[in-house]
Amino acid sequence: MLFDIEVNGKTIKAKREDTLLMALERNGIKVPTLCHIKDLLPSGACRMCVVEVEGRQGLIPACSHPVEEWMKVRTHSPRVIKARKTNTELLLSNHPDDCLYCERNGNCELQKLAEDLNVRERRFYGKKNKYKTDPSSASLLRDPAKCILCGRCIRVCEEIQKITALDFIGRGNKTQVGPAFNKGMNLSSCINCGQCVIVCPTGALAEKQYPAKLQDALHNPAVKTVIQCSPTLSVTLAEEFGLRAGKDIEGVMYAALRKLGFDFVFDTSFGADLLITEQATEFYNRLKEGKSLPMFSSCCPAWIKYAEQTHPDHLENLSACKSPQQMLGALVSNHFAPVVGMSADDIYSVSAMPCIAKKFESQREQMTHKGITDVDLVLTTRELARLIRLNGIDIEQVEPEMSDQPYQSRSSAGKMLAVSGGLTEAVIRTLHFLITGKETTQLKIQELRSGKGRKEYFVKIGEFKLGFVVVNGIGNVEPLISEIKKGRTDIHYIEVMACEGGCVGGGGQPIHPENNNIKARAKSIYELDEKEANRFAHQNASLQAVYQSFLKKPGSELSHMHLYTSYEEREVMR
Amino acid sequence: MQASIDEIISRYKAGSRESLLPLLQDIQIEFGYLNEEAILKVGQHIKLPSSKVYGIATFYDQFRFVQKGKFHIKVCRGTSCHMHGSSGILREVERVLNLKEGQTSRDGRFSLEAVSCMGACGSAPVMNVNDEFKTTIAIQDIAQIINIYRNTF
Repeated sequence: MLFDIEVNGKTIKAKREDTLLMALERNGIKVPTLCHIKDLLPSGACRMCVVEVEGRQGLIPACSHPVEEWMKVRTHSPRVIKARKTNTELLLSNHPDDCLYCERNGNCELQKLAEDLNVRERRFYGKKNKYKTDPSSASLLRDPAKCILCGRCIRVCEEIQKITALDFIGRGNKTQVGPAFNKGMNLSSCINCGQCVIVCPTGALAEKQYPAKLQDALHNPAVKTVIQCSPTLSVTLAEEFGLRAGKDIEGVMYAALRKLGFDFVFDTSFGADLLITEQATEFYNRLKEGKSLPMFSSCCPAWIKYAEQTHPDHLENLSACKSPQQMLGALVSNHFAPVVGMSADDIYSVSAMPCIAKKFESQREQMTHKGITDVDLVLTTRELARLIRLNGIDIEQVEPEMSDQPYQSRSSAGKMLAVSGGLTEAVIRTLHFLITGKETTQLKIQELRSGKGRKEYFVKIGEFKLGFVVVNGIGNVEPLISEIKKGRTDIHYIEVMACEGGCVGGGGQPIHPENNNIKARAKSIYELDEKEANRFAHQNASLQAVYQSFLKKPGSELSHMHLYTSYEEREVMR
Repeated sequence: MQASIDEIISRYKAGSRESLLPLLQDIQIEFGYLNEEAILKVGQHIKLPSSKVYGIATFYDQFRFVQKGKFHIKVCRGTSCHMHGSSGILREVERVLNLKEGQTSRDGRFSLEAVSCMGACGSAPVMNVNDEFKTTIAIQDIAQIINIYRNTF
């Protein structure tokens, strides 16, 4: 039900059960926030959204106050502005003055507030807390000194991802955010999904980076550099350059990567096609043998770590296939290197991913072959964009190019891995061919394209009556697993993506505090699939060539040697 | 005989989050502090992630995370003692022991804690070694008092 309230002298419509902040936002009145996360219960910690309400003595936080009919609100009165400014100044009084050296320089919510509120001098001097950074995680760098204790990371980790690796430690001005016992993140239950990085307003949480290593490799004539970029990247990279969210710049991206100095540019979509073909084969074999079902997907490294630490007794249910990144990495070392007459030692293999857990994955012990890592370095979308800017490449002036042979072609099925449910759709397409020998005509499976936390789809393919479930966000996996443990048997294949929306919502994606753009990115992927000539992974011409000349057939001995992996129980502080 | 962590935990219902504080208190009474094992086990028992258990435990001043020394020294920082110069007393104890408040010496002999009030305001400033009160102390007494315990076995 709608009713009127007065804001800044004008009447606006408000909805019952809305918070004041929601009512203001709906009417285009912007109130700054630092601790607010859309769709979660308000915490009211930062006091940045305070407004003046007539008849109330103190200022009230808009985020946690229900809107009421009698309200006369002033959102930007001198008193309100002064309070917000003082809050910001107090936060800054215990914040390192190192914006110029900060990961989030130019994209920091605290910095922006200080600028908007005209903070131009230091009014509060005080002893600053001294904290050490925590570099222990392979994916994440935690710098408590930059933390403003808004609690967003804690809430995302606990309420959305349901991991709860972080919490407030201590109290008062000694409070900090950290994992249990304030130990390293590497010992915690953190699954490296990076959603905390996406919501962090400052640089307190960021991905682990090795820019010098990459520069060394790029400028070492003895080393050949290879880069592969995730299926998601072509529709998200543009955002970092101020272009429309979801704009597909695939060809431009390949060209830009060459300009950066990479000797060979591949697309992980090829690896994705390979994964789909192998995984569909593996799934078909399990179906025929009736063994280790339901089968869980394995391309999300955050999910894999979660499974290893939470459900070690169900590891045989995980698909043994490596992720597309690692598959393509393994092919580069073991197939591509010999083809171009190089030793795998002389190749520096880089990948650009929308994910920070991929950094962890690339360092897994199981992801090496004869002492050579499949992938040497993983960049996030953000890091790659920075690298492109660093090298003075104007993305709008670059002519599109193709990626390199022998992994040039890709299907749109591979691209679909970017979105939640896409992997399942792609696997169903190939599985249909494996079972019936014919291509499916139902290419769009609407049931798997919603934004729900769990999506289920039941279908008969050949003689098999199959159940497919897509878990969209790791926070939704536990109820499903307990259903299975209680004896649910109508499910055969389960896709788990740790981040909401799939990789388009990954922890390595561009950070936009106001709009996460996930829908626009997903839409772009679906549109691309509609237009694509080849929508089946197994029809990828390059892929067929690689099978003919090297791997022989899906599930072959060579496939098992290079493209499959194993899992082990992982002891963490839970 | 000392009750084990498991025994203490078994007195409380599994999965009951409201038992968190009494459980931690019981363990601290028995062992004098909360170690990692206790926190992990409590978390598993009441189904609360260890990060939360640790977060809540560190919120309260009453919980210790390092073992007490053989001689546990409490210096009162309550109002009356404060008026009688307890901040100087604390500083002197820290200097003599070469310890900071909340720490335990490496040899395990001494541990130091600042507390709010020990209910002996009439005899301020006070400190307390293993529950034995030292009343109306002066800064120059500290070294001597501590020396007694240095040489006690």
